Amino acid sequence: MTQILVGLLSMSGLCAFLALLLEIAHAYFADYGECRIDINQGTKTLTVKGGGKLLGTLMDQGIFIPSACGGRGSCGLCKVKVLEGGGLILPTETPYMNAEELASGIRLSCQVRVRNDLKIQIPESFFLIKAFNTRVIGLKPLTHNIREVHLKLIDPPEIVFKPGQFIQFEVPEYEGCPEPVYRAYSIASAASLKTELKLTITYVERGLATTYIHKILQEGNEVRINGPYGEFYLRHSDRDMILIATGSGLAPLLSILYQMAEEGIDRKATLYFGVRSRRDLFYEEEIHRIAASLPRFTFVPVLSEPLPEDHWEGETGMVTDPIQRDLQDGSQTEAYLCGNPFMIDAAVKLLKAKGVTDDRIFFDKFS
Amino acid sequence: MESTLSAPIIFFASIFTNNILLANFLGMCSFLAISRELPSAVGLGIAVTFVMTCTTALNYIVYHYLLVPLDLVHFRFIVFIIVIAAFVQLVEMIIERFSPQLYVVLGVFLPLITVNCAILGVCLFMVIRKYNFLQSVAYGLGGGIGWLLAITALAGIREKIRKAPIPKALEGPGISLVIAGLMALSFMAFSGMIQIG
Repeated sequence: MTQILVGLLSMSGLCAFLALLLEIAHAYFADYGECRIDINQGTKTLTVKGGGKLLGTLMDQGIFIPSACGGRGSCGLCKVKVLEGGGLILPTETPYMNAEELASGIRLSCQVRVRNDLKIQIPESFFLIKAFNTRVIGLKPLTHNIREVHLKLIDPPEIVFKPGQFIQFEVPEYEGCPEPVYRAYSIASAASLKTELKLTITYVERGLATTYIHKILQEGNEVRINGPYGEFYLRHSDRDMILIATGSGLAPLLSILYQMAEEGIDRKATLYFGVRSRRDLFYEEEIHRIAASLPRFTFVPVLSEPLPEDHWEGETGMVTDPIQRDLQDGSQTEAYLCGNPFMIDAAVKLLKAKGVTDDRIFFDKFS
Repeated sequence: MESTLSAPIIFFASIFTNNILLANFLGMCSFLAISRELPSAVGLGIAVTFVMTCTTALNYIVYHYLLVPLDLVHFRFIVFIIVIAAFVQLVEMIIERFSPQLYVVLGVFLPLITVNCAILGVCLFMVIRKYNFLQSVAYGLGGGIGWLLAITALAGIREKIRKAPIPKALEGPGISLVIAGLMALSFMAFSGMIQIG
């Protein structure tokens, strides 16, 4: 009995001693005082408490750097240009950098510690990335497994994004999901409608986020999102456009089409929309309505497995089949692809074979 | 009974004849993972040497002046790991604060070696072989240098064979394990000189 007690006490004592030692050391060594972060040469200056990582420090100040791994240094996305005060580049960063980035002072913001005054440069669009409180004002089934989530922004009340970009949706804890998770969804609505967003979300069997959105989320619920993110948006040119979507990959392309209709961007454009059968098609009326104001726009739905009751007379097969047949010379074509990764790989291969150059193929893979 | 070997002999033996990596196969995970490039391998090796030497000394004190008097030697696994972890964290904090250059070379590897079994292994061997303080420190330092030597050699070889036509199935860890095996064989040549285990 005494031995157990002695063991317990001395183990706890040792742990407590070490913990205390570390706490004292942390308070003493990891205190870097107040630091000033100068962003984009004086556009914005922040006074922050030093000692944290740049990514987290900026996030606390409401500036969101896109990151997929949450600061563990495993995704390599949170790159920012550090002009002054970043210290030496760490071995944990170099695997994500090419020679040009190394030379120009690009750093992974999740690895750089704020230990003194910093001068950094970030794209202006990062200032637009914010966390939003929203309310669900509409939920409607688009197909048997795709749900439209209609959000009204509460705080801040408006979002500025480029059509084609996506937001991160915060799924709170619920039974079967022990901690909040974030999932990226493309915005399906028009960017001009700044106070509302529409997302189209496909149900995935046992998916943490999609189960929540399809089975638990109710109208009137509050939802937290952050964004906008992404390099998938309309490039300005006069080239012919090919838009290819499968399933809910239609969302960002629809947003781009709204933009073209509203801004009167009159380019020859064809939307190939691949789904399995008639019952998987959605937003047809919406697309036809947009088409009315875009004279050189064509909509081509492609069914891979039409059912007998569909009485389908349109295109069948893979979504890439009609492109294989219709596109002769792709050298003056720009392509926007969104949907499942297999379709994208196949389509990119086909487009390249047809002469579309790499820098004119833009895609957003849903995985 | 205490070990009768002198500290310098233990030091050299733990580098060559009883190399912790190539004779005891401890610390294999970071050995394989961080040996793609020579600079990182050397950085990690130096970090291991440093931590191994210091924690052996620390754990010697904790073991002989805390665990033995209180009859708690059966807790040594946990206690050793806790001491190693706390020490590593403390050192990382200090290095990051005072020497950014050293942090780049060494600091980022420190969290990686908290759970390096070679370090725990050295502390446990120290107990099993009944080393005194000087012998323990010599063993810790030698063990670390031996580990550094082995990972530097492996990284050098891996850099050399980068362009070699390796069968697809053997690429990466596969060929590294084969190389490590051959290195262990060649280190066995030293084993006739002296044995400490």
